[in-house]
Amino acid sequence: MTETIVIAELSKGEINTTTNELVSAANLLGDSCTVVVPCTDSSVADKAGKISGVSKVIAAKSSVFGNYDAAAWAEAIDSVAPSGIVVTSASAQSKDLAARLAARRTISVVQDVIAIEDGKLSTPIYSGKAIQNVSVNGDSVFSIRANIFAPADDSGSCDVQVIDTTGNVTTALQEMVQRASERLDVSEANIIISGGRGMGTPANFSHLEDIADKLGAAVGASRAAVDTWDEIPHSMQVGQTGKTVNPNLYIAVGISGAIQHLAGMRSSKYIVAINKDADAPIFQHADYGIVATWEDALPVLSSSLSDLLA
Amino acid sequence: MVNIAVLVKQVPDTNSKIQISGDRVDLSSVKMDISPYDEFAVENALQHKESSGGTVSAITVGGAAADKVLKGVKALGVDNIIRLDYDGFMDSNGLQSIIAQEIIAGGYDIVYCGKSAADTGAGSTGPGIAERLGWASVSNATEVKFADALTVSYPTEGGDAIVSLNLPAVVSCDKGSIKVRKSNVKGIMMAKKAQVDVRAVSPPAASVTVVSQVMPPAKPAGKKFEGASSAQTVAQLLRDEANII
Repeated sequence: MTETIVIAELSKGEINTTTNELVSAANLLGDSCTVVVPCTDSSVADKAGKISGVSKVIAAKSSVFGNYDAAAWAEAIDSVAPSGIVVTSASAQSKDLAARLAARRTISVVQDVIAIEDGKLSTPIYSGKAIQNVSVNGDSVFSIRANIFAPADDSGSCDVQVIDTTGNVTTALQEMVQRASERLDVSEANIIISGGRGMGTPANFSHLEDIADKLGAAVGASRAAVDTWDEIPHSMQVGQTGKTVNPNLYIAVGISGAIQHLAGMRSSKYIVAINKDADAPIFQHADYGIVATWEDALPVLSSSLSDLLA
Repeated sequence: MVNIAVLVKQVPDTNSKIQISGDRVDLSSVKMDISPYDEFAVENALQHKESSGGTVSAITVGGAAADKVLKGVKALGVDNIIRLDYDGFMDSNGLQSIIAQEIIAGGYDIVYCGKSAADTGAGSTGPGIAERLGWASVSNATEVKFADALTVSYPTEGGDAIVSLNLPAVVSCDKGSIKVRKSNVKGIMMAKKAQVDVRAVSPPAASVTVVSQVMPPAKPAGKKFEGASSAQTVAQLLRDEANII
């Protein structure tokens, strides 16, 4: 019997559906899945008890989970999680935690798993320009990319065991600087609309924001746009030296499709490209390509979306 | 005086095309360069030295071909260049264990590294060695301020967190607003003559085995439309065919 331990993924203090995806992935790797929920209030863990395919839920309760501290979280989770194959999400924070947990147990970590087949794991290498398939012996820690494994449903029922735990906090939070806009970050969004240098000026990104507001999307940018305009921050950059994303829908506007950009978004489920150059490489990767200037195409797209969403 | 280590890795230039030969990536015709995030780690290490005094040692793992990345950072002003001599595959456990041993042996106070290497993209090394050493760590740092304690910013779900941490610590660096310095002719000449300190290492046996490396599955050809009015068709397809909106 292979034990798997899923570390629940929380956003805004709640267990999110990525956790259901992690349970699906864990059940491809083993036959007994324990979900560990890092929390300050154990009622948060009730939701994990409803996920199908879970044999045990441990609410790891500690004040250290109020703010992220890699060392304290790893210590507190390690002390309550059984040994076995540990599965986390591949968010920036969870990858950090995965690496800490693996090192703490002197076992290996494999990050950004995108497929599991016959016990073999696939991960993107060279920013997704190639795929590496590995086999792993014994206990290990895997981080799993979101949006790939079908989420386990919520028809289960399993008791929650609350265990108090603690860890040694090594960083002190001084300040939390809220993001300037309420808009989603590209790393959290299911839909992303990105602009390149073809947008002409940074002010023209307002046309992308208009569509983003309609779709509940995040606004991203190519490296060329980030490097050219100070108004476009690096946090918006999608690509090899920016963020790697795999949303359901990626709309590339005025982006030619440099190899660095493709590396960061090619695994998106659907890709729409708007570019005036019919030979732009981005079209080779687009499910739907529109050969037109963004000045002409975006108003049509915007009003069509309004009609459909009305 | 701060004893600073910075970890650097040589990877394929991020503009290069990756090709497969047999069931492995073939890098024989690819130009190699320092991993992009490591440049920010080196810059932070050098600024830390300039602010507090001390020495900066750059450490890489690889065969003799990896000396190039060390010479490159030597030209930027790094004091010592060290190569842990190992050319084969290591899993995260093996890699972190030999680096952590070197950090202990060198008596370092702080380790800077890139948030991830451009080849694996994993980002495990920084937090992994911090855990082995029992040190504090912050990953994905976009800004570092140097004093007796470090003040480090990094992005989180709720916004940018600004935390302070005491040394010893590991900081893995993201791009942020820091501008990296370029080498000059004098630096390059000096680096040419510099001696790489080569250390023998023996990592523990790997528990991860690479089975194969393959190209990502090709995407079926998409639909391409001419003219702005087709945006309406595409919006409809996103609803009817893709079921996204």
